[in-house]
Amino acid sequence: MSVKVRYFASLRERLGRSEDELVFFAPLTAHAIWERANPDLPMPDNTLVAVNMDYVKLDVLVNDGDEIAFFPPVTGG
Amino acid sequence: MTIKIVESHFEPWQEVQIYQNAQAALTDKAGAAAVFVGTMRDFNAGHTVSGMRLEYYPGMTEKQLEKVISQANTQWQMLDCLLIHRVGDILPHEAIVLVAVWSFHRGDALDACRYLIDSLKTQAPFWKKERIGDSACWVAGNTKGYYAIE
Repeated sequence: MSVKVRYFASLRERLGRSEDELVFFAPLTAHAIWERANPDLPMPDNTLVAVNMDYVKLDVLVNDGDEIAFFPPVTGG
Repeated sequence: MTIKIVESHFEPWQEVQIYQNAQAALTDKAGAAAVFVGTMRDFNAGHTVSGMRLEYYPGMTEKQLEKVISQANTQWQMLDCLLIHRVGDILPHEAIVLVAVWSFHRGDALDACRYLIDSLKTQAPFWKKERIGDSACWVAGNTKGYYAIE
């Protein structure tokens, strides 16, 4: 299974990259995806998560081909 | 219902006029139009702000905006709405966002307009990074929208 992981705004700058491609062999939750992609950095408390451009909770399972995104609270408008 | 994300300066009042003129149904039916314009300030939390960069998540931003319009449609009778949001580099006094709602009656127009801008601020993935002096910093979160409780 393969997913694209994307990061935006201050989180992207903090990590120093805008995306990862992650390969795994059993379904993972959104939170586990973060831990796999960023083993040295606990997810910041206020992080928002989206799968395929819809907001999700951290326990949602991520499927092959999905796009998952992590980002800070939004500040538009 | 129209959503535009634009990378250069726009004139919100002209956009409203042009849009309304182009929609004959609005001239015939709309008894009310409510308009919100958000403009960049040259200060924030006591600091002078010289500019701002607005980042977004192409695809998701539009999807979430469509969703809040759809939610508004289930609660209020909207004849039409126009939503424009700037991204990229913005200067003080330039428009950041326009929300215009046309309806048969004022209650629907005003309430839907308020709902759209408030929902946009919590659901649409945009992020502001302000330039203050020689540095730039990300805006941590939106206010409640009232001076007294900022």
